[in-house]
Amino acid sequence: MSRAIEFLFRRRGGKGWHWTDIVTWIWLIVGLFVMFGPAVWLTASSFKSPAALAEFPPTILPYVTQKVTVEGYDKPLDLYTVTLDDGSTATLAEIRRIGTVSQMIDPDKPAEIVKVNIAKRTPVRQMSFATENYTEPFIHFDFVRYLWNSVFVTVTATLITLVVNSMAAFALSKYEFRGRTFAMLLILATLMVPLSVIMVPLYSIVSALGLFNNLWGVILPTVATPTGVFILRQYMLTIPDELLDAARMDKASEWQIYWRIILPLTAPALAVLAIFSVVWRWNDFLWPLIVLSRKELYTLQVGLSIYSGELNVQWHFILAMTVVTMIPVVLVFLFLQRFITTGIAGTGLK
Amino acid sequence: MAEISRQTSQRRAGQNLGDMAMVPVRLAMGLIDAPLRWVQKTFGLGGMAAFFLLPNMLIFGIFVLLPFFINFAYSMTGGTALFLSDRSFVGSDQYARLFDCSNYLNPNTCAEDTFWTAVSNTGWFVILQVTLMIGFSLVTALILNRDLMARSFWRAVFFFPVLLSPVVVGLIWKWILQRQGLLNFGLYGFGFEPHVWLTDRNWAFAATVGVSIWAHMGFYTLIILAGLQAIPKDLYEAAEMDGTRAMRVFTRITLPLLMPNLLVVIVLVLIRAVQIFDEVYVLTGGGPGTSTLFVTQYIYETGFAAQLRNPGLAAAASILMGLVLVLLTLMQLGLSRSSEKKGARK
Repeated sequence: MSRAIEFLFRRRGGKGWHWTDIVTWIWLIVGLFVMFGPAVWLTASSFKSPAALAEFPPTILPYVTQKVTVEGYDKPLDLYTVTLDDGSTATLAEIRRIGTVSQMIDPDKPAEIVKVNIAKRTPVRQMSFATENYTEPFIHFDFVRYLWNSVFVTVTATLITLVVNSMAAFALSKYEFRGRTFAMLLILATLMVPLSVIMVPLYSIVSALGLFNNLWGVILPTVATPTGVFILRQYMLTIPDELLDAARMDKASEWQIYWRIILPLTAPALAVLAIFSVVWRWNDFLWPLIVLSRKELYTLQVGLSIYSGELNVQWHFILAMTVVTMIPVVLVFLFLQRFITTGIAGTGLK
Repeated sequence: MAEISRQTSQRRAGQNLGDMAMVPVRLAMGLIDAPLRWVQKTFGLGGMAAFFLLPNMLIFGIFVLLPFFINFAYSMTGGTALFLSDRSFVGSDQYARLFDCSNYLNPNTCAEDTFWTAVSNTGWFVILQVTLMIGFSLVTALILNRDLMARSFWRAVFFFPVLLSPVVVGLIWKWILQRQGLLNFGLYGFGFEPHVWLTDRNWAFAATVGVSIWAHMGFYTLIILAGLQAIPKDLYEAAEMDGTRAMRVFTRITLPLLMPNLLVVIVLVLIRAVQIFDEVYVLTGGGPGTSTLFVTQYIYETGFAAQLRNPGLAAAASILMGLVLVLLTLMQLGLSRSSEKKGARK
C-alpha cells in the first residue's frame, strides 16, 4: 500500500516536494475539471425538466418538485413540507399563492385550507430524469432526419475519401510519370486554400452543378483531402516495389495490384484516415450551413445551431440533442483516442 | 478447451459474415477489372497512373482550384447575381470600397465599417489567443513530459475537447455562461452577483478567446509534447549531475531545442486563429453588437446571409484573408525546412 502511494506521488529527484511537483498536480487536477467538467455538466443538465433548468442556484442532479393530484382540482398540485405555527411539520399541497401567503391543503383532507407564510415552506423534492428531453425531439423536430443526414454524409464522404485518396496516393507513390512532382505539389498547395477563402465561388460552382440543397453538395467538395493523400502516400512508399513486380509476373493487372495488394497492406494508414474523416465530417459546420437551406436536409450540427439561435430557446431539447451529437465523438475518444494522438504526433494533421 | 473452441468458432462465424458482406464489393471490383485491363493494354502503365489520379484531380480541380481562380474574377464584379456570367465588371471597386477609410485605426471612419471592425477584432483575437494558447499548451506539454503516473490518461484528458464539434463546444459554453449557468453558480458560492457574460462586450470577447483555447489546446499540446520527447535524455541527465536548477534547465536546454518545433506550432495556431468562425458563431453570433464579429463571419454574412448580399465584396475580403494565410503558410514551410536543415547538419 505504502508502495502504491509512493508510486502515485513519485517526485522529481525523489526527496521532498519540489515546487514543480506541486504545480504539476494542481495543473492536472484543475485540468481534469476544466476539460471534462463542461461536458459532464451539459450531460447532467440534459436530464432536467424545463422548470429545473430555470432554477438558480442549480442542482447537479435533476430534482423536481413532487406533485400530487387532489380531488376537486384539475391540475396536479406542488407538495411542500410546512412548519406549522405550533412547531410541527406537515406535508401540504399548494393551491395558490397570494403575495407572501400561500394557501395550502392537506391532500387527505381537501376541504380545509391552511394559510402559510412562504418562508415557512420548502418544496418536497424528488430525483427524476426527464427522458422526454430525448424522446420528444424525435417527434417535434425532424431530429431523426438530421441524425440520418449526418450519418449519411459522414459514412459516404469517408468511403469516397478512402477510395479516391488511396488511388491518388497509389499513383503518386508507385508510378514514374511526367508531372508527378507537379501533381504532388498541386495537391499540397491546396492546403493553403481553406474553405473560408473560396466559399463564394465554391457556392456558385456547387449551385451550377445543381448540388445546392443537396447532401452531395456537402459531401463532394470535402472528399479530396490533401492530408489524406499525403499520409497514404507516405505509408505506401514503405511497401517494397518487388512485391508489385512479383504480382505483375503472375499476370496481375494494375487494378488488381491496387485492390488486392496495396489496399490490404495500407490498412493501418487507411484506418487512421477513416477515423479522422469520420470526426471531420461529423463535425463540419460552415459548409453545410451554406449549402443546406431546407430544413429537412439539415445535418445535426446545422439543425442544432439553428434551433439554439432561435429567440425562444428550448434549452431542455437543445441540451439533449447536443448530448446525442456528442456521442459518436465520445465513442471515438474512448476507443480510438490512441490512434488519433499518435497520428497527430506523427504527421501534425488535424 | 471448450471455451477456446467456442471462441474460435465465433470468430470464424464473424469472419464468414464479413466475407459475405465483401462479396458484392469483390464482384464489383472483378467487373471493373476487365475494362481496366483493356485500358492498361491500350495506354500502358502511364494510362493507369492517370486513371488512378483522375478522380482525385477532378474533385480538386472542380471544388478547390476552379473556385480559387474564379474568386479573383468574382472580386472584380458587382451586383447581387450569383453566377459569374450574370455579373457586371467593376474593376477594383470592391477593393477600393474595402479600403475606403479616412483613419484605418478607427473602423467608424470607413465606408465598410463592419469589415474593419472584423479585422480589428480578429487582430486582437489573434494576438491574445495565440499568446495564451502557446503558453497553456507549452505548460501542459512540459507537465505531461514529466515522469507521471498514468501519463496517457492525463494526455487524453487535455485532448478530449479537440474532438468535439465547434457547434457542441459553442453550446456547452453558452450553457455554462448564461444567467443560470455553472459559472454564475460558482461565483454565487463566493458571494458574487450573477452576471450575464455573453451580453457584455468585453466578457463576450474574452469568452471567445477562452473557449477557442479550451477547444484546441490539446491538439497543440500533443505536437509540442512530441517535440519535447525528441530532446535527447542524456542532456537532462548531465544537467542533473551538475545540479542545475529547474528554471535554468528549461531556459538553457528545453527551450532552445524545442524552438524549431514551437515556431511551427505558433504559425499553425496563427493560421487557425485568423480563420476563427464556427464556435464563436454558435456562442455569440458575433455579438453583442459587433464585438465578436470576425473576418470569416463577415465574409459569410456579406456573401450569403445579409439582406443585400454582395458576393463580389465577400470575394474581395476573402482574397485579402487568403493573402495573409498564404504568407503565414510560406513562413511555416520556411521554418520547418530550416529546422530540417539544422537537424541534418547535426
